[in-house]
Amino acid sequence: MKKLILLSLMLIMPAFALASAGPKAALDHIQTDAADKASLQRGMKTYVNYCLGCHTAQYQRYIRAAEDLHMPAELVAEHLIFSDQKVGEQMTNAMDSKLAADWFGAPPPDLTNEVNLRGADWVYTYLRSFYVDDSRPYGVNNVVFPSVGMPNVLLELQGVQSKDCAQVPKHDSHGSAVIDSLTGKALTVESCEVLTVAEGTGSMNQAQFDATVYDLTNFMAYMAKPYKSDSQRIGMWAILFCLLMTVVFYFLKKEFWRDVH
Amino acid sequence: MAVGNPNRPKADSGIIRWIDDRFPLTQMWQDHMSKYYAAKNFNVWYVFGVLSLLVLVNQILTGIWLTMSYEPSAEGAFASVEYIMRDVEMGWIIRYMHSSGASAFFVVVYLHMFRGLMYGSYQKPRELIWLFGMAIYLALMAEGFFGYLLPWGQMSYWGAQVILSLAGAIPLVGEDLVQWIRGDFLISGITLNRFFSLHVIALPIVILALVVLHILALHDVGSSNPDGIEIDQNKDENGVPVDGVAFWPYHVIKDLVAVGVFLTVFCLVIFFFPEGGGYFIEKPNYEPANSLKTPEHIAPVWYFTPYYSMLRAITFPLFGLDAKFLGVITMGAAIAILFVMPWLDRSPVKSMRYKGWLSRVWLAIFVVSFVILGYLGTVAATEGRTQVAQLCTALYFAYFLLMPFYTRMEATKPVPARVV
Repeated sequence: MKKLILLSLMLIMPAFALASAGPKAALDHIQTDAADKASLQRGMKTYVNYCLGCHTAQYQRYIRAAEDLHMPAELVAEHLIFSDQKVGEQMTNAMDSKLAADWFGAPPPDLTNEVNLRGADWVYTYLRSFYVDDSRPYGVNNVVFPSVGMPNVLLELQGVQSKDCAQVPKHDSHGSAVIDSLTGKALTVESCEVLTVAEGTGSMNQAQFDATVYDLTNFMAYMAKPYKSDSQRIGMWAILFCLLMTVVFYFLKKEFWRDVH
Repeated sequence: MAVGNPNRPKADSGIIRWIDDRFPLTQMWQDHMSKYYAAKNFNVWYVFGVLSLLVLVNQILTGIWLTMSYEPSAEGAFASVEYIMRDVEMGWIIRYMHSSGASAFFVVVYLHMFRGLMYGSYQKPRELIWLFGMAIYLALMAEGFFGYLLPWGQMSYWGAQVILSLAGAIPLVGEDLVQWIRGDFLISGITLNRFFSLHVIALPIVILALVVLHILALHDVGSSNPDGIEIDQNKDENGVPVDGVAFWPYHVIKDLVAVGVFLTVFCLVIFFFPEGGGYFIEKPNYEPANSLKTPEHIAPVWYFTPYYSMLRAITFPLFGLDAKFLGVITMGAAIAILFVMPWLDRSPVKSMRYKGWLSRVWLAIFVVSFVILGYLGTVAATEGRTQVAQLCTALYFAYFLLMPFYTRMEATKPVPARVV
């Protein structure tokens, strides 16, 4: 019977190998960190300054963020709320969605669940992938989300980015660089998806900008699952308790079954 | 003066005696717990019945609490789920217990059913237990389907759209039938409200009633065991089966170990992987339902995908019936054929331990086909995948349809008189 089970497993495996996703823009990977409160605070600052005007976070309350991100409520009310909203309210804006649909083609979506929906890697890469494209209404296009209706709101920080053709290192299907076996040099291949920022056009250098977008994405990941750090903390204890309970039950069972032969 | 029925077991005195004179409390305790004997050689496959009951209780309790804050309307449903996740104290735990519980329910029920197939638990005299069980499975699928619409996300909406459109494939009455079920020309708040009603009232009552019948039938004929031996035929001088032990306390304590292991895994899921890698909660469901925007790839929740694969595998019309309707018939037949299981198995023995190699190989083929179909149902169909799905569908049916022949043909091993 065990051989049969093993054989069955081997028969199933090839079916899963067929499961490769279609070609999509490569995403840069980041590790979000719900414990890095400073990063989350900076991210929230960026969100309310650059995003909230168009994108609500209608399920997120200011006060909840203040508590979770270790900020005094008065400071949040003073520095992070630009409308006459109260700190107990949700992060909404005054944009009329019908008018917004006229301006952008579609009303800007609520972003409370954006990281749940598309993943942190997507948000992080998308926000850094705008490039100049005069054929688009707002003069920019995006590698991750082609023909997106959104302007590059972080342009003043990042600077003007353009997409050009250039030689880039060649990678094999496993992602490692391909080396020419004769010359020992890395092979290159032409790519027309190379993004370069014109120097001096933004107020930040690339490292600073990447860090800012990381913080913003980190905050959005917090917003998507504000209970995540609670979940990990409670979860450890819950699992420990269940394991302990299992051990107790196991010995109880052994004791009770001692007289069964 | 004697009060009540004198022929039943009663406590000697006290409050229990007072109740026993008016209600068969002690008798019920004995019949179902302290003097219900089950074989002592139960292995790990025999814990999934109890675990199903545990998950049922979990679903009912968490469901009651979710209903306190959920708003069944097209305008408010999505936001009320977010409210539960964010503003209700411990709401996220309750919701994850319920959403992961649905998947856990199907995991334990599928394993419970596999146990039945492996050890012939459906065979005479346990046919009715199997039939009640199958009715529970059917009701559970309906419960899962209605429940999945309630968060009112994109996948809730479009998943329901796909499944409901199946009824539309029925010739002549199909479209009218779908409209009658929806209560509208498209899935709307009206549909949501009736699904809510069915999900929280109608089906839970049906499921609870069926579970009672399932257990009553089981306790009447007694549990089977991995050897497929009737322990009732070997009793000692007190009328106690020599190969059995009382459900209370022996099996209860044994089951508690399984409960502990299950809860450990369950906690791991709800606290660390509540979305189950996109299989328990699908990503598009984080976007509110939008009737004007179809998601790129619609897949039903994993526990429906084997049947969904069969539906998609039928790509050709036959006998003047169109492919979609044939697909629906195939799906229905795949579930219906499980009901007649007790009459397909003609083997003189119950357990796989004593059946021949044909039965073993066919059971393995069946499981492999079912798992592959389940997987294929979660991914987009391609030509190659459709061919694999067609093959697996054929094998799925062959397992059942050929059973009367291979179970009679094969040589079986002798069944021992006592459990080993």
